[in-house]
Amino acid sequence: MEQSPGRPVLTAREPIVGESETVRSVTDKISRVVLQNGAPRGWWIGFGISLSLLGVFAVSIVMLLVEGTGIWGINVPVAWGFAIINFVWWIGIGHAGTLISAILLLFRQEWRTSINRFAEAMTLFAVASAGLYPILHLGRPWLGYWLFPYPNTMGMWPNFRSPLIWDVFAVTTYATVSLMFWFVGLIPDFATLRDRSQSVAGRKIYGTLALGWRGSAEHWHRYEMAYLLLAGLSTPLVVSVHTIVSFDFAISVVPGWHATIFPPYFVAGAVFSGFAMVATIAIPLRRAYGLQSFITIKHLDNMAKVMLATGLVVAYGYMMEAFFAFYSANIFEETMMKLRFEGPYSSSYWALILCNVLVPQALWFRKVRRDTRALLFVAIVINIGMWLERYVIVVTSLSNDFLPSSWGLYSPTFWDLATYAGSFGLFGTLLLLFIRFLPMISIFEMKTIVPEAGTAKESEDE
Amino acid sequence: MSKRISPWGLVAEFPTSSSLLHAIERSREEGYEVLDAFSPYPIEEISEALGHHHSRLPALVLIGAIIGGLGGFGLQYWTSVIDYPLNVGGRPLNSIIAFLPVIFECTILFGALTAVFGMLALNGLPRPHHPVFNSSRFALASQDAFFLSIEARDPKFSVPDTPELMNELGASSVEVVDD
Repeated sequence: MEQSPGRPVLTAREPIVGESETVRSVTDKISRVVLQNGAPRGWWIGFGISLSLLGVFAVSIVMLLVEGTGIWGINVPVAWGFAIINFVWWIGIGHAGTLISAILLLFRQEWRTSINRFAEAMTLFAVASAGLYPILHLGRPWLGYWLFPYPNTMGMWPNFRSPLIWDVFAVTTYATVSLMFWFVGLIPDFATLRDRSQSVAGRKIYGTLALGWRGSAEHWHRYEMAYLLLAGLSTPLVVSVHTIVSFDFAISVVPGWHATIFPPYFVAGAVFSGFAMVATIAIPLRRAYGLQSFITIKHLDNMAKVMLATGLVVAYGYMMEAFFAFYSANIFEETMMKLRFEGPYSSSYWALILCNVLVPQALWFRKVRRDTRALLFVAIVINIGMWLERYVIVVTSLSNDFLPSSWGLYSPTFWDLATYAGSFGLFGTLLLLFIRFLPMISIFEMKTIVPEAGTAKESEDE
Repeated sequence: MSKRISPWGLVAEFPTSSSLLHAIERSREEGYEVLDAFSPYPIEEISEALGHHHSRLPALVLIGAIIGGLGGFGLQYWTSVIDYPLNVGGRPLNSIIAFLPVIFECTILFGALTAVFGMLALNGLPRPHHPVFNSSRFALASQDAFFLSIEARDPKFSVPDTPELMNELGASSVEVVDD
């Protein structure tokens, strides 16, 4: 059979999958990681570290529940410390997963196929890590369900004019849709694992998750339709989520926050940090599992280009932020911006400019984009830079807002750092369990792009 | 084995997607109607050869999304205007512009829920047991083999003839499976 009419022909370009791969080798290689006994040493080391950090997270949360938010560095005027910084950082990271799985699908970018599955998993786990922070920040996290509109004996409802309730709807919708998108993508792969598993438990568990998938042509037809519709719905969703997160800041009147540039600049920042995180995970992963013929240098190159482009949008955002502050002739905006440049937090501000604006310029060079070590280094620097960006936005604006008499400085405590480190434990543990027990690359989608798919299969080796 | 009176149909395995496509076209020319094909990955030509063109799914998703959006507005209108009117800085009770983000999120949420559960419902899933699974080689359908099934309720189905046609069309194995 010829290439499906809807799919672009990529033969003239650099291949996005190793040329020796076949439908069978793709099935074997990807499902073997899941179905074999044991895991590589690197997996156990990573799992040990993640589990320890998860323990740190558990202890931090217990401390918080027992002692209250006083264990954190937050106080008036800076009441939004690490909790909100980490929330925005984690949720931004998640956005790359949806961008890869939905937007690149709509643009028919076939290279997304080998990275979309674990990028979606990364989204889910990042959203899980993000979602905990605002709840922990409530002070009485056990009353977190008050955020939702439900009929209650107090006779009250949430104030729907507040961006904080918009955030509740945006984040819960995002988590739900991301979970469904991921699960739907996994159904045919669960069927493959069900049919290949040697153990009774494996057959039962994967069989249950596969929902009885049998690869019927009519099912595939509706499945692809549903997948496309989900992609179409997720695309505006992902843009709306970080827009609404930026509304948490932009709808207020605090100097430095009340800016119309916030939504696009936050969305670009989210994609920027998300792609950096995908690269940070993909580079060690392809090496540890020998997946270089699936996640090729071409993939890393493309991701680096997305980082470069979104990084430039973010740099434009920083420029405009400063320009608006001075052009506004508003003394509070001007003072806040001057203090960012040379005030108590200026070292964080200039470090963020270094990490997010200067270092990513290295990605203009093809050599850097195609050198895994150099790219990994740039990606980690961007991750740090994006965290610093949220730190600067949250802390500088709140600590020096209007009346100098009510200014105050913020510094994190041990428990702030422990909770942040702990959330890496949650993220890492979930990610490593995913890599061990679920196919980290979409098996059925890879089959559609191997050179053999479409052309008749020659050798039969039953 | 005395229950062989009413087979469900036959399952034929084909080595390549093009031989499966050819078999579907020929079987339809021969007058077979109750056909289904099984492949490890989606193949548009096979769906087309089997005559699957339109799906009700997009219409259902549109309806789901509209219900979500109206529901999101209804929730906010009822709580903010009728049940718990709260004057926030003199803003109108029905602050439609401030309600837009929640309306938007509810539209997406209900549209996506309809897409997923609608797809599963129209496909009749979850369905853990299906007669095609009785075929001994069917586990390969999720890996690298291609299958065609013809059900016994097809008026043209008959036991020696239909399997023979499959063999003629290049099937690498043909099995009659029970219900």
